[in-house]
Amino acid sequence: MRPLLLTGGRLLDPSIHLDATGDLLLVNGRVEAVGGRIAGPDEAERIDCAGLVVSPGFIDVHCHLREPGREDVETIATGARAAAAGGFTAVCAMPNTDPVTDNQAAIGFIRAQAERAGASRVYPIGAISVGQKGEQLTEIGEMVAAGAVAISDDGKPVVSAQLFRNALEYARTFGIPVADHCEEPTLAHGGAMHEGLVSARLGLKGIPPESEEIMVIRDILLARRTGGHAHLCHMSTAGSVELIRWGKERGIPVTAEVCPHHLVLTDERVGQYDTNAKMNPPLRTWADVEALRAALKDGTIDCVATDHAPHHYDEKEREFAHAPNGIVGLETALPVLITWLVAGGILTLGELVEKLSCAPARVFGLEGGSLRRGAIADVAVFDPEASWTVRGEDFRSKGRNSPWLGETLTGRVRRTVVGGRVVHELGA
Amino acid sequence: MTGALGKDLLDLESLSAAQITGILDTAVPLKAVSERKIKKVPTLRGATVANLFFEASTRTRVSFEFAEKRLSADAVNVATAGSSVAKGETLVDTARNLEAMRIDMVVVRHSASGAARFLADRIDSNVINAGDGTHEHPTQGLLDLLTLRERWGTLAGRRVCICGDVLHSRVARSNIHGLRKLGAEVAVCGPRTLLPHGVEEVFGVTVLDRIEAAIEWADALNVLRLQLERMEAGYIPSLREYNRVFGVTRERLERAPRDLLILHPGPMNRGVEIDSDVADGPHSVILDQVTNGVAVRMAVLYLLRGGRPDQAAAAGAAAGDS
Repeated sequence: MRPLLLTGGRLLDPSIHLDATGDLLLVNGRVEAVGGRIAGPDEAERIDCAGLVVSPGFIDVHCHLREPGREDVETIATGARAAAAGGFTAVCAMPNTDPVTDNQAAIGFIRAQAERAGASRVYPIGAISVGQKGEQLTEIGEMVAAGAVAISDDGKPVVSAQLFRNALEYARTFGIPVADHCEEPTLAHGGAMHEGLVSARLGLKGIPPESEEIMVIRDILLARRTGGHAHLCHMSTAGSVELIRWGKERGIPVTAEVCPHHLVLTDERVGQYDTNAKMNPPLRTWADVEALRAALKDGTIDCVATDHAPHHYDEKEREFAHAPNGIVGLETALPVLITWLVAGGILTLGELVEKLSCAPARVFGLEGGSLRRGAIADVAVFDPEASWTVRGEDFRSKGRNSPWLGETLTGRVRRTVVGGRVVHELGA
Repeated sequence: MTGALGKDLLDLESLSAAQITGILDTAVPLKAVSERKIKKVPTLRGATVANLFFEASTRTRVSFEFAEKRLSADAVNVATAGSSVAKGETLVDTARNLEAMRIDMVVVRHSASGAARFLADRIDSNVINAGDGTHEHPTQGLLDLLTLRERWGTLAGRRVCICGDVLHSRVARSNIHGLRKLGAEVAVCGPRTLLPHGVEEVFGVTVLDRIEAAIEWADALNVLRLQLERMEAGYIPSLREYNRVFGVTRERLERAPRDLLILHPGPMNRGVEIDSDVADGPHSVILDQVTNGVAVRMAVLYLLRGGRPDQAAAAGAAAGDS
């Protein structure tokens, strides 16, 4: 592999407090030199990055790649290419596949498929319970040995507090986070959207914020009891933010993520039963959006995750209550957050890179998230000012279920580099 | 074809007061058609209507069918049992197939909120919502408005309390929107478990916790049917207690400070939300509601096919010659 020299870009890496125009040299899959003018070896491939931001590649700790089981909707290959197109150099695949990713062979399969795809890195997350049934712990040690980076029953909550406690205790041996989908099932039962003014008007059964918050505080208290690392998925309410803040102030080992859609959209976006605004947890109120933004900025919520959830067109093209939850997010995360959070003056571009790259690497203990010398050569190159219109047919993902179709956004990934190799090039 | 109402009738929330009044004004002369020996006018001759009932219904379906036939439309009933729907066909495929058969209008009843709009957005035919989940039942709202207007002349300043399971009621939502647009004051009364969270703010209504307070406050009570499964789902402890606390009984009505009208969208659970001597008593306008149901549905069919309120009298009179 030829060395790669990215020249003249705005090098932006909060992990080493770098924000300056300069060059970046990648050799043998590692960062060889960063900053200033770099001559580089003669054989290096040179890419002019003038006017573009060069940052550590983004890391998504929460996505659904649907393989095995629903290869009609997404595969590890299409998901990994969608990730690359969005500037994500690594993604963590949730285990709610069919069959469930709950053993070391299944973990190995995902790694093999990702290897074959040759796009962005895919790190498997193993299930907490066998078959995600919430009863018996999986062989967590075996899965970690095979390459699992976390465990989660995402898609479903871990209903049994005792099982979640055991997972936290047991996972300590292996130093991995236990990621929970926080939903109290009896409160959320049958709900199709946020319980509020819009659900009352539309006659849709609502999911109250307390459904999330009850599980958030349960998980925080059990993290305190056990010392295990609880990671709270896709936080959606102002109340959850308060509870996480309470936990972090006490030094409890809890981390949390938030999705771009929960930072930008409210339940009003459901409009007249738009199933591309249906996800779980649901879009909530403006007060929740504001609390989540503030929490992301001050670090109460550690990082952004997409909860990328492709669905078949036919499955979304139906009655709202019967449509599946979730939207695709890998290819729109950066521009959505630039358009509403950076241009909106909520986050600086450097803070956004921190939340999309450095923080998720830290939270899940993954390589990447930095351009420091010797780091793996995972890099995103993007134009923070390019304006473009989202079209489903342009997605690398098989999913088209996005609430931003037709929307004009600012910020576009131009190149994505994984291990020193360009895996995505806009227009190529 | 579009007229004073646009292409579809999906809800009362999106209609203006003038549009609602237009429907009620149109219903008045069309109601006369049903009082004649020959109950038929040629207004919708040649138009085809599909009555698509994904949920069991007797009263609403029969009412629509009479309305269609009295306007000379050709109507086909599609019930879901034994149809392609029961074989797993999706709503959108059902709609496209009907469209391919060149149906002019579709009347749809469905258990999912938003189903009528889902259809309306995907086919060119006029769509009439005959009840979608727990969202709206606009023709029921209209027939309730017509019934009250007949008694009162105008709804402005009148007080109507909707009693019972507002949370799961499409009738309640259509009534609240319609009544408020026509200037009535609206309250709701029922167990708090069966009222939507934030009901005051969403719908601009007052909450009355006690049925006695509702009777004291209101000019009319619209008493909703209590679905028996609400007890099993834990919303209320028992039907017996429901009747004791929230039932509209003669004893309670006798303490009303003014003449109250009692409405019920049917079918009634006698002895639960309403006692028999109230349902059959002098305050009840329940059978007027049923009669008016045919009239407002005729009006809606007529207006959606391009009819105008000011020509409805002529359309209704056309039967006089036959």
